[in-house]
Amino acid sequence: MTDSIPDTTLLCVRDLAVEFQVGREAPHVAVRGISFAVPAERTVALVGESGSGKSVSAMAILRLLPDNARITGSIRFAGQELTALPDAQLRALRGSAMSMVFQEPMSSLNPVFTVGDQIAEVVRVHERIGRRAARARTLELLEEVGLPDPQLRIRSYPHELSGGQQQRVMIAMAVACKPKLLIADEPTTALDVTIQKQVLELLARLRKSHRMSVLFISHDLGVVGEIADEVVVMQAGEIREQGLVEQIFTAPTHPYTRALLACRPDLERHPRRLPVVADFMGGQDPQVRDEPRVPRPDRDVVLEVSGLTKNFRLRDGLFHWREVPAVEGVSFKLRRGQTLGVAGESGSGKTTMGLTLMRLHQATAGRIIMHGSSGSANLVDLSEAAMMPYRQRMQIVFQNPYASLNPRFTIAHILTEPLVLHSIGIDARARLGLAGDLLQRVGLPRDALNRYPHEFSGGQRQRIAIARCLTLRPEVLICDESVSALDVSVQAQVLNLLLDLQDQFGMAYIFISHDLAVVRYMSDEVMVMNQGRAVEMADGESIYRDPQNPYTRKLLDSIPRGVAGRLLV
Amino acid sequence: MWWQATQRLRQDRIGMGALAVVGAFVVMIVLVSLHLLASDWAQERGVHYANPTFLGPGPDELAMIEPPPGQMLDLTAVDPLAPHYADIERRTRALATTLKPRIQTLPFGGDRYGRDVLKKAIKGAQVSIVVGLAAALVATFIGSLLGAFAGFFGGLIGDSLEWLYNVFTSVPYILLIFAFAAVSGRGIASVIVILGLTGWTGVYRLIRAEYLKHSTREYVRAAQAIGAPPLTRMFVHILPNVSHVILVQLSLNVVSFIKAEVILSFLGLGVSVDSVSWGTMLNEAQSELILGKWWQLAAATLFMAVFVTAFSQFTDSLRDALDPKLR
Repeated sequence: MTDSIPDTTLLCVRDLAVEFQVGREAPHVAVRGISFAVPAERTVALVGESGSGKSVSAMAILRLLPDNARITGSIRFAGQELTALPDAQLRALRGSAMSMVFQEPMSSLNPVFTVGDQIAEVVRVHERIGRRAARARTLELLEEVGLPDPQLRIRSYPHELSGGQQQRVMIAMAVACKPKLLIADEPTTALDVTIQKQVLELLARLRKSHRMSVLFISHDLGVVGEIADEVVVMQAGEIREQGLVEQIFTAPTHPYTRALLACRPDLERHPRRLPVVADFMGGQDPQVRDEPRVPRPDRDVVLEVSGLTKNFRLRDGLFHWREVPAVEGVSFKLRRGQTLGVAGESGSGKTTMGLTLMRLHQATAGRIIMHGSSGSANLVDLSEAAMMPYRQRMQIVFQNPYASLNPRFTIAHILTEPLVLHSIGIDARARLGLAGDLLQRVGLPRDALNRYPHEFSGGQRQRIAIARCLTLRPEVLICDESVSALDVSVQAQVLNLLLDLQDQFGMAYIFISHDLAVVRYMSDEVMVMNQGRAVEMADGESIYRDPQNPYTRKLLDSIPRGVAGRLLV
Repeated sequence: MWWQATQRLRQDRIGMGALAVVGAFVVMIVLVSLHLLASDWAQERGVHYANPTFLGPGPDELAMIEPPPGQMLDLTAVDPLAPHYADIERRTRALATTLKPRIQTLPFGGDRYGRDVLKKAIKGAQVSIVVGLAAALVATFIGSLLGAFAGFFGGLIGDSLEWLYNVFTSVPYILLIFAFAAVSGRGIASVIVILGLTGWTGVYRLIRAEYLKHSTREYVRAAQAIGAPPLTRMFVHILPNVSHVILVQLSLNVVSFIKAEVILSFLGLGVSVDSVSWGTMLNEAQSELILGKWWQLAAATLFMAVFVTAFSQFTDSLRDALDPKLR
């Protein structure tokens, strides 16, 4: 070990730059000379939006980047220069001295091997031990990461485990060889908030018991505050600010850090609009005043749902079918211009409820009554043809902006299709004009009409999806986890857009999300769902101040709260 | 969309090259069917198994037979025909035909009857490509259509189509072709119908799987939410997203149907004996190879390889051009 590096520094990155060569064009610079250090037995977090270069930096440390990447600068790990190390030696380090946990546990595990085999493989690649000893180690590891019934689970295939359990298995694989450095790349982004909390606790506990360092990558400062000791804030391939976590949270110096802290809806404050990054970059921080939403019970009811039930039929044996309830007896009233928030974990039936309301699933029982100037109708009984005018009045924005736009259609085609189907607009030119107006309304330029969905970022695509719904001027808009796939900074922009549109068009929203903080921020009334049933329903303020149901309390406790919610291990 | 796809295709140099080759084959077929090219393919112009020109003439096999040694016996005394020889010779001279001299070499060699192999390959392209392309189009169309319905609707429609698929695949392929051939008779049209009606199963299986996958995708749900009817969702929304599978299957089918026509012709169920295809040429080539006459095989294989490579390269480029994500 050289003298220039203090003994406490495990990983030291100096002037790291990464370029990608694509075709014959000028190289795309992803990381522009960043320097940071990971001390021994500490957790350092890299925070930034998608495209800020945080994942690329982490991959560069493990040399897991594609061949067209060019890495310059110095990466010293335990006194060894990694950039100069031959591939074979680096491979020996990967998995043993340094290991990684990825974002998507489902796609990171091999579906055709049992989780026991996959963990044992890691152990046997790096340590010369026999099959039986490897199995014993695997059981130990599964126990350590808190998988229930390790004796049974060691023989499970990945698909038999839930998302949280899969991520525990991934973590068990990562710590199998007692690494000194664990790199966790957005390990909880694909998980529900309740599971996220558990996984964070597990990481904090393992860091302590294994005496390792963790490089934690996330876009969410709220999560980072709970687990990290030091924070590095990245934007556009450069470091904006770095320091101890308390300092970053209490006295952030860079406006970008302040913006990231402010743009996540939190339970204490309730501004009319969320501040976004652009507000901070002007030099002056925006003034944020609390202005809680007030429910308006005097407005007309536009949608009335009673006893809504949806069962799925699963084949059980050759001639036998089994009914599995997904939504059971859900009832609510939605008033014009108001927002009903629906919160719950995955599997709670909230998405199925949204799809059933839209008649994208046929309800098993119950009534969906839509009130209007021309009378009321029960949507459950309508034929597909009779449903057409109601499709115009109720629309849905889906979760995944990458999947909800047809990749082969131009934006113009996507936006004019509903107009053609519902005969709105006189001719093609009028429709294109309308589509262009709506694009501008959601904050995109008119010339986006001739482009394809893949040319836009996630947040922009979600704006396009919202514009598609707006073409029909719906009275009810269902937002099914519409911001869950977005970075917190982009999420704030889309939430603000939704609020603006609600003020302008007087739409009623059904806002579905697993994140109770976001639901509370958006809604006048909140419905908490668990296992297909509505377990609690109240206005946003009472849900937060005085939760009646233990499940609601659990959801509230899981919301990341930054340093305030620091995990004590 | 089509305009942009054309633009993208134009920038693809390999794709345009492949298109030029395919285009040349199409022009060739058109000329052949207008009797402007290779219409005299059946003329026996060369000698028996004439050598290709670049090899030079082969040895004269008749000249190589040596006369038997020794003196010839005079049998005039015992030969009953002896007085008539002069008369026979006179009569023969009166009937003498002008026999065209056979050419020693042909551009790419000759077959057993001395027919020009190059002309045969050109004429054969007509049958082979028309059969391959048309049958592949029919099979891919049927397979895609049924697969789309089975995958999109499922339920009773899906089950009945699955049943049909199982019936078709449970019969051995060659046997199935025989069964159809037995009812439909000979000729190019029936070969196309037979191959089209029997070859759709592979496409069906893949397209059904794609439709199963896509029909619950969010973009299709979104289309349903705005009120797009089922057929619009199937053929306007999903079809462009599965077109790559269809194009790849089409090009694979063209190749396998050109080969299937060979089998049919070999078994006497394909094109009639008085016409020529690459299949019949390959069939003849088997016995010629033993004699060391390789050029008929080479000509048919070369033509087939060039066409098949160009065609699959072209469908690949078309697939890329239709995908807006690839620029």
